[in-house]
Amino acid sequence: MKQFDYVRPASVAEAVAAAAQPGAVYLAAGTNLLDLMKGDVTRPDRLVDITHLDGLDGIEHLADGSVRIGALVSNADLAHDADFARSFPAVAEALLSGASAQLRNAATVGGNLLQRTRCAYFYDTASRCNKREAGSGCDARGGENRTHAVLGWSESCIATHPSDFCVPLVALDAVVEIEGRGGRREIALEELHRLPGDAPQRESALEPGDLIVAVRLPKAAREFASHARYLKVRERTSYAFAMVSAAAALRIENGKIAEARLALGGVAAKPWRARAAEDVLKGVAPTADAFQEAAWRALTDAKPSGDNAFKIELARRIVVRALTLAAAGTPARLPALPASPFASTSGAIHA
Amino acid sequence: MNHSISLTVNGARRDFVLDDPRVTLLDLLRERLHLTGTKKGCDRGQCGACTVLVDGKRINSCLALAISHDGADILTIEGLARGDQLHPVQAAFIAHDGFQCGFCTPGQIMSAIGMMQEAQAGNDPERIRECMSGNLCRCGAYAGIVDAVLEAQGQMDETNQRRSA
Repeated sequence: MKQFDYVRPASVAEAVAAAAQPGAVYLAAGTNLLDLMKGDVTRPDRLVDITHLDGLDGIEHLADGSVRIGALVSNADLAHDADFARSFPAVAEALLSGASAQLRNAATVGGNLLQRTRCAYFYDTASRCNKREAGSGCDARGGENRTHAVLGWSESCIATHPSDFCVPLVALDAVVEIEGRGGRREIALEELHRLPGDAPQRESALEPGDLIVAVRLPKAAREFASHARYLKVRERTSYAFAMVSAAAALRIENGKIAEARLALGGVAAKPWRARAAEDVLKGVAPTADAFQEAAWRALTDAKPSGDNAFKIELARRIVVRALTLAAAGTPARLPALPASPFASTSGAIHA
Repeated sequence: MNHSISLTVNGARRDFVLDDPRVTLLDLLRERLHLTGTKKGCDRGQCGACTVLVDGKRINSCLALAISHDGADILTIEGLARGDQLHPVQAAFIAHDGFQCGFCTPGQIMSAIGMMQEAQAGNDPERIRECMSGNLCRCGAYAGIVDAVLEAQGQMDETNQRRSA
């Protein structure tokens, strides 16, 4: 690991100033950053430790009905907050389907959003990677790429964003609060992550020094609580990143879908909101045919980036199954295996 | 530049001067305090052998910078037994053969204690397996580990019932 300077700012303003310097990065729990630093994948000159800052670790219920999650709230504390899990069950299920209990206890909300891809070529410093070293090339493109992107990828980069948490968040119109050199601003989570284009080294809309201080879910996101699920296919039952995942949330009135929300994980460099699928579900009965149509719409633009054509059909089936589970209703208690298609309470095996 | 930090480790306050901020909590425990019960397996957060409790919560000490945990309360495997009296989870691991080579065992035990405090799994074997998935055992002693956790959980439930009765 490369030598670095350690800075512990006393305020958010000090943190922003310290992190705006070239070569500086924020340190929260470090569960992803330290792993990357140990592998020399990331070589920061300065770590700005924000874990001792006050006021960033609360879950607040605001007067307008929204909920504001501090950037330093741990993944576990958020998932196990009874009020939060009741209001946003798909978010809790996604959180609990990610990583291990130890990592969830440490990893933060802000860190989860900004975690890096798990593309093996990004991690292997002997490989060419445009994300790690701009302009060096992409060895994933002609390499082992069955897990890589099928939506939004470019010839420069076919990596996926690995977060589970972000998938239901983007479906529920989450907003990210950012403190930067120009003061406080906020953007939709959907605008936070960038598709690779010809600059995959630029992964987010954040500028130097920008600090995510909170994530907010609007009041309207609560209205899906009784029909919201997250479903995640992975190569082992637990403690694995998504091959493909989907968050599905329905607002059902008089037997019809008044509003649908759908997002996919593991398919692109960002959590993928499937608005065309949402549109086709509006006003129709929650039937298998409607869900099939939605699945086709969601993957219309998908194309393989390598040996991963199977992910497109897999994603369609995950969409149908997630919508089917959401329509059946949020279970009173999360299944023993959160988001798993093999969970005993996950519904029919064959969607 | 030197950095001074203090930790409470197994109930005792310890002060350190770090001449390098790169020291992980795991390396501090093993190299500076010679508490080698906490194991370095993968050193990348994948195996769980380095699991300790920090402020009552289980984490991977290999992915934690010591300097960032200034002021924290740390519990390691060495802090469990009272003299010759083993912690109930330690005793249950012996009773149920919850190990073979033993390398992952300190991490398994610390993780099990952390899990029982989290109170999410109860006595459901499927939930216990899921909640312990961050601890790998290459000998494959998982069946014994789950049995040990079930027994320890049962003992804890009984104790709690007696206390509340």
